[in-house]
Amino acid sequence: MSDTATPAMYGPKGAARWLGTASSAVLPIMAVVAAIVAIWYGGSVMMNRAWTLDQAERRGLDLTVSEIIADTLNQDRPILPTPLQVFDELWATTAGEPLMRERRGEMQGNPRSLFFHAYHTLAPTLMGFVFGGFMGVLLAVGIVHSRAMDMSVMPWAIASQTIPILAIAPIIVVVVSNIPALNAAVDNGIISEAMKLLIPKSLISSYLSFFPVVVGMVAGLRSPNAMDMDLMRTYSASDAQTFWKLRLPASVPYLFTSLKVSIAAALVGTIVAELPTGARFGLGARLLTGSYYGQTIQIWSALFMAAICAAALVMALGAIERLTLRRMGVRS
Amino acid sequence: MNVSTARKGLPVWVLPAIGAGIVAFAALSDLRLALVLGVWFGAWAVNATLATRGVGQGVRIVVPVIFGATLLGLWELVVRSYEVSAIILPAPSAIWAQILASTDTLWPDFRQTILKGALAGYIIGCGAAFLTALAVDRSGFLQRGLLPVGNFIAALPIVGTAPILVMWFGFDWQSKAAVVVAMVFFPMLVNSVQGLKASDQMQRDLMHTYAASYWQSLLKLRLPTALPFIFNGLKICTTLALIGAIVAEFFGSPIVGMGFRIKISMGRLAMDMVWAQIAVAALAGSGFYGLVALIERWLTFWHPSQRR
Repeated sequence: MSDTATPAMYGPKGAARWLGTASSAVLPIMAVVAAIVAIWYGGSVMMNRAWTLDQAERRGLDLTVSEIIADTLNQDRPILPTPLQVFDELWATTAGEPLMRERRGEMQGNPRSLFFHAYHTLAPTLMGFVFGGFMGVLLAVGIVHSRAMDMSVMPWAIASQTIPILAIAPIIVVVVSNIPALNAAVDNGIISEAMKLLIPKSLISSYLSFFPVVVGMVAGLRSPNAMDMDLMRTYSASDAQTFWKLRLPASVPYLFTSLKVSIAAALVGTIVAELPTGARFGLGARLLTGSYYGQTIQIWSALFMAAICAAALVMALGAIERLTLRRMGVRS
Repeated sequence: MNVSTARKGLPVWVLPAIGAGIVAFAALSDLRLALVLGVWFGAWAVNATLATRGVGQGVRIVVPVIFGATLLGLWELVVRSYEVSAIILPAPSAIWAQILASTDTLWPDFRQTILKGALAGYIIGCGAAFLTALAVDRSGFLQRGLLPVGNFIAALPIVGTAPILVMWFGFDWQSKAAVVVAMVFFPMLVNSVQGLKASDQMQRDLMHTYAASYWQSLLKLRLPTALPFIFNGLKICTTLALIGAIVAEFFGSPIVGMGFRIKISMGRLAMDMVWAQIAVAALAGSGFYGLVALIERWLTFWHPSQRR
């Protein structure tokens, strides 16, 4: 969208054109979103109708169509909650709940607040993303510079992604909590207990997030064409000089594209990691408790919170990307 | 492509000498560590030599195989020499023994999760996404409306819909297939639409001068040029399908299935069973991916990425 809207915004003509392209871009999206909402409401009525009719029959009531529709849209545990119900729940658990509350004389995070759960998911996500991204870049640099590493590591990096991560999540929790060095570090106060609890989740999210970075960075570091590489050779540049002055700058656009994929994957990794590991806090834990107690509205609000987090993370990276590329003098 | 050969600088013997030095230093404190490091450096030296000197097709297979075998061997070595508890990390040989001993549990689990849940969802999801992509490709309105929404949804954690879909479709494999459909649909859609646009203007103009109909140009030009993108989507979706099917079982399943087995085996600390399931899942995932990649090579033999 923005690529079409950026050029020539000078003067009234430019502004009009910009408005024109913006509305022609926004209108179809609005239409699709409106269609989704309409289908959603229709689905709510259809799927929740059975319960309404069942309740009415037990009380011996005869409901009119409008009464049926009104009831299907306002159930406590609907099969499909309406968008409004989900929004109400989101609002009540974010703006309507304090972030901290007093418990046993201490101020602690409030588990009724959805921000609290989002925090418990986002912290390991970011930790895993940074670690995974770093490992991905290191691997890519090795792969580009060493033929042996290219041939031996790349096929196994691909194979590693075909292992369903959920399966390894419980094992990582068991293994990490039994590493002697880590336990010693906690005892000596080098890292806190809370940090230690973050590690299994963030390892799983880095397991998912390193791969897109490896693939993107290998392509990026190899993107300088033969002419540029030859120029570096005529300068008799060393491998290190070629890397810092040519390969790395050339790979930046590739890096950001893969980082955006990677941070979304990291979030999925954390949420999935919360399922089998008995996490009490976090969006994944919220999904799990919601499903145990049949709290559909809670499930949907956790799902939307996760979606909002994913969108915010990707957009933040997009903003950093634009700033970086502008500083580097790349014209989009 | 780094083709700079015969670099100046380090003589050939320096790296092996450093490796030997590290091994010798490790041997002073811990013989087991020296053994592990020795095996690692030795295998790496073999690989490095093969990769730089070796020629032909064989090297491309031998080098990764040596690397994988080294990792497995080191795993076995570490577990045995350091006497790691089987609960923390069983040796590969113990996992293999567990697989052989429990085939009559593993097979029904495999059939329930992979063959019924994942495969059914994969076929329905990818098929539906491809048909939607054709519709999107024909309509400019859908392209401008559905595609940004699809791109947005593809980045969201769709696994989160698993509890909802399990509630809707029941505990059996149908709900797992539904989760897989939700997970694979948008990545597949985005890739297919991108692929259908891949033919260039000149080629489409040529079809136009031939007075080719929509279907003719679709079948003879645009579908073949879309295949690399479509297969890219199909390959991404193999992994997603497996993850989706296993994740969904954590929200409720009949008493069979890989996710279910991992869950209850974890509860009983039967870690060798968990590892056996992981090994099966990894093999199934790699096999599924490999199969799609093989079909891709067979269908898109003309594409530059397949030339060798």
